[in-house]
Amino acid sequence: MAKSQERVKKEKPIRYFDYSLLFLIIFLLCFGLVMLYSTSSYYGSTRFGDAAYYLKKQLFATSLGIVAMIIVSRIPYRFWMNLSGLAYLLALGLCTAVIFVGTEAKGQARWLYIGPLSFQPSEFAKLAVILFLAMVIYKTSKQVGEFKALIKIMCIVLPIVGVIAYNNLSTAIIILGITVCMLFVASPKYSHFIWMGVAVLAVGVVFILAAAYRLDRIKIWLNPEEYEKGYQTLQGLYAIGSGGLFGKGLGESMQKLGFIPEAQNDMIFSVICEELGLFGAVCLILLYLLLIWRFMIIANNAADLYGALIVVGVMAHISIQVILNIAVVTNTIPNTGISLPFISYGGTSILFLLSEMGLALSVSRGIKFEVS
Amino acid sequence: MQGEIPFVRSKTYHRKKIWIIFLAMFFILMFLIGRLVYLMVFCSEYYGQKAENLHERERDIKAARGRIIDATGTVLATNKSVCTISVIHSQMKEPEKVIDALVKELGLSEEEVRKRVEKVSSIERVKTNVDKEVGDRIRAYGLSGIKVDEDYKRYYPYDTLASKVLGFTGADNQGILGLEVEYDSYMQGTNGKILTLTDARGIEIENAGENRMEPVNGYDLYISMDVNIQKYCEQAAEKAYLKKEADSVSIIVMNPQNGELMAMVNYPEFNLNEPFTLTDAMIENAGDTNAMAESAGDTNALSAEEKQTLLNQMWRNQCISDTYEPGSTFKIITATAALEEGVVSLDDQFYCPGYKMVEDRRIRCAKTTGHGAETFETGIMNSCNPVFIELGERLGVENYYKYFRQFGLLQKTAIDLPGEAATIMHKQENIGPVELATISFGQSFQITPIQLVTTVSSIINGGTRVTPHFGVEIRDEEGNLVETLEYEKREGICSEETSETMQYLLEKVVSEGGGKNAKIEGYSIGGKTATSQTLPRSEHRYISSFLGFAPADDPQVLVLAIINNPQGTYYGGTIAAPVVKEIMENILPYLDK
Repeated sequence: MAKSQERVKKEKPIRYFDYSLLFLIIFLLCFGLVMLYSTSSYYGSTRFGDAAYYLKKQLFATSLGIVAMIIVSRIPYRFWMNLSGLAYLLALGLCTAVIFVGTEAKGQARWLYIGPLSFQPSEFAKLAVILFLAMVIYKTSKQVGEFKALIKIMCIVLPIVGVIAYNNLSTAIIILGITVCMLFVASPKYSHFIWMGVAVLAVGVVFILAAAYRLDRIKIWLNPEEYEKGYQTLQGLYAIGSGGLFGKGLGESMQKLGFIPEAQNDMIFSVICEELGLFGAVCLILLYLLLIWRFMIIANNAADLYGALIVVGVMAHISIQVILNIAVVTNTIPNTGISLPFISYGGTSILFLLSEMGLALSVSRGIKFEVS
Repeated sequence: MQGEIPFVRSKTYHRKKIWIIFLAMFFILMFLIGRLVYLMVFCSEYYGQKAENLHERERDIKAARGRIIDATGTVLATNKSVCTISVIHSQMKEPEKVIDALVKELGLSEEEVRKRVEKVSSIERVKTNVDKEVGDRIRAYGLSGIKVDEDYKRYYPYDTLASKVLGFTGADNQGILGLEVEYDSYMQGTNGKILTLTDARGIEIENAGENRMEPVNGYDLYISMDVNIQKYCEQAAEKAYLKKEADSVSIIVMNPQNGELMAMVNYPEFNLNEPFTLTDAMIENAGDTNAMAESAGDTNALSAEEKQTLLNQMWRNQCISDTYEPGSTFKIITATAALEEGVVSLDDQFYCPGYKMVEDRRIRCAKTTGHGAETFETGIMNSCNPVFIELGERLGVENYYKYFRQFGLLQKTAIDLPGEAATIMHKQENIGPVELATISFGQSFQITPIQLVTTVSSIINGGTRVTPHFGVEIRDEEGNLVETLEYEKREGICSEETSETMQYLLEKVVSEGGGKNAKIEGYSIGGKTATSQTLPRSEHRYISSFLGFAPADDPQVLVLAIINNPQGTYYGGTIAAPVVKEIMENILPYLDK
């Protein structure tokens, strides 16, 4: 071990920083703010008399997030290894607290208020889980190939998944997804994950059949036009369909004018489709794909497994959320509330997303070009 | 703890697995792009259309209904711009000012206006049919929350003139009665549309570029009615109505050569601008029939159903919808049939003892003492029943019926007005000697006044069955001809010779016979009187009528006057002939011009 550390000091590495990733992030942020303003100005002006109401709030959170991203990107990522356990416990605590003292929105308590600022602990939990899991897997990387270790690690994550699932099932699913991805990368085996997949499928079916309202969601998914609760989905489809190839033009969406409920949140992608058309929507998806590709490059070239695992976690997080969001909006899967990274309205979300980007950039900084 | 952390590099399988994850994500995203292509290319039209239906609000722009214009170019039915005043609660900024303005301009009580203004609803109608000037004044206040919508309302400049002929329209611009119904499709036009976009609350989006489809105004209807003749006739009818305290007076003026109607009066008329208000005459009638139960004139006491019955009665065009026993005027038809069949000539001798035995019945002549010996010519001048009973017998049922058919008496006249009643005639196989006798002098069956006018016209115009009509031409707004209305004509109803004989005989009736009260110096007038008793005979209600035409040898105008249930003297020759005479005196010089 000492030997290798010596080598790090000896070879003067070329400093690397993934500017492509940074550029992609900045571009997505700007695009997101423009689309958010376009989408939310109607609700802003009808509810608060200020078309830029949502934009201002999002701009504030984004600035905070950029500061956080810059700071995090400058801290060597190994610094977090010792804090991640603490972060996990804090997230668990906050997520438990939100059940009892949280503020409700649409029947589900997801927010904590600290003075004038609202805070969504589940967003923090994603980051905490990524860091914590990376640490745990890194430390047990030798055993992770065994099924027992795999189960053990899963068990460590289960409490927070359970707590979050209590009132935010979609975030719990995302955290589970991140966990599986990170374990998949860490483990040399494949068979475990096939079994895991089968198990998840079985549990999922039982889970859906257990409660009537979940079955209803499936029915609405299959036939949104016949159910009153299919309204949101249907309105999203109207927006997507009326976009056509090149869309109606920026700011020209009709569906955002109160037809899609809370269009600036989870359904923002449908407004993008309506305004920018298939062309704009595909460009956005390609942008996300580029982002994921950069994560893969960074993960593959990370200085150590810890860094690689962190980036894998971030990558899993972003891709799962993008995929689930677009799948919901296009009615490819049943409706569940998942926001579109960098674009949907949500202060906590953007703050922690940018912190994650900071982590990825920090890992990219650790990449050394080995001159062979 | 820190010190124990080993330094582990990623292994090859790690990289491989990261690749697998990336590829998995890549393929899922590609699948989603495929899904988007499906939705945005193949379903685009379907969803786009649905979305559009959701956003678009359609507002009709009413097309102006075509006018009705008479033979002199006078407009009898037109449109008036009126406004509907509404308030929109959500857009109201100064409710007090709005209330003040509306109270001042609309002449409503403050309480009433306040109720509307303060009601929380999307839109609340305050008043309809407001004059355009008032609407413009209200608009000029520039208060937000008041909506002034312009609209057309049907307007009849002469109020009661030819009310039952012209008819009126409903709120939706649809004809309800008379010519307004018959020519509805021509006059209605096509409504235009404004398509506007609205948000989810239904508020119109400004600058959304409204889509406008201009309305196509309806065509004008030009009719053969002459407003002056119609007015003369209405005055004459009113005079007879008042003088004889009749139930109603009907007058038809027609050109017997082509069937063009110049006037059609059913007095009392009603006000076309207020078609749902019962006239005083109707209220009196209602009072008569319900005399025991209600005090006369109290319309509030009427149930909705009763009121509707009375309205229908008020709107009824008796000239075409009511049948009656024509009485002696029908002798024209019997005489024509007999002449045509050759069973009688002008010099044939008859004897009238004041009655005629048919089977075991004794059918009386109007003159109970009898006319004594007379020729056919004098028989018609005397309107002698036994002479016509004899003619009926000579013709026989089969022949007689053949001429009914030939004259077109058994079919409707096909007049261009809705609601024409059919002739009520015995079935041919049910006609026995008694029925034959009564038919021959115009009793025991019923026809409409328009049927009588049309059939007699066909006989005296040289034998051409005409179709009575008002509609002449359809023109567009600018007066360009769109369509000339055509009507069926059937020649050979009777021979020219018979026609001329009838002209001669009927002229004699006026110049020397029972119709001498219709004689006018300087004009040759043909005509026939009639007095018929309505059923049941015990009530002693009569209908007296007179049918006259001029000039007798080349009839250009034919007038039928029917006085329904006159009090006092009821002989057609005494009371109906002077009415026709008065009309003729006025319109013959007028038509000569």
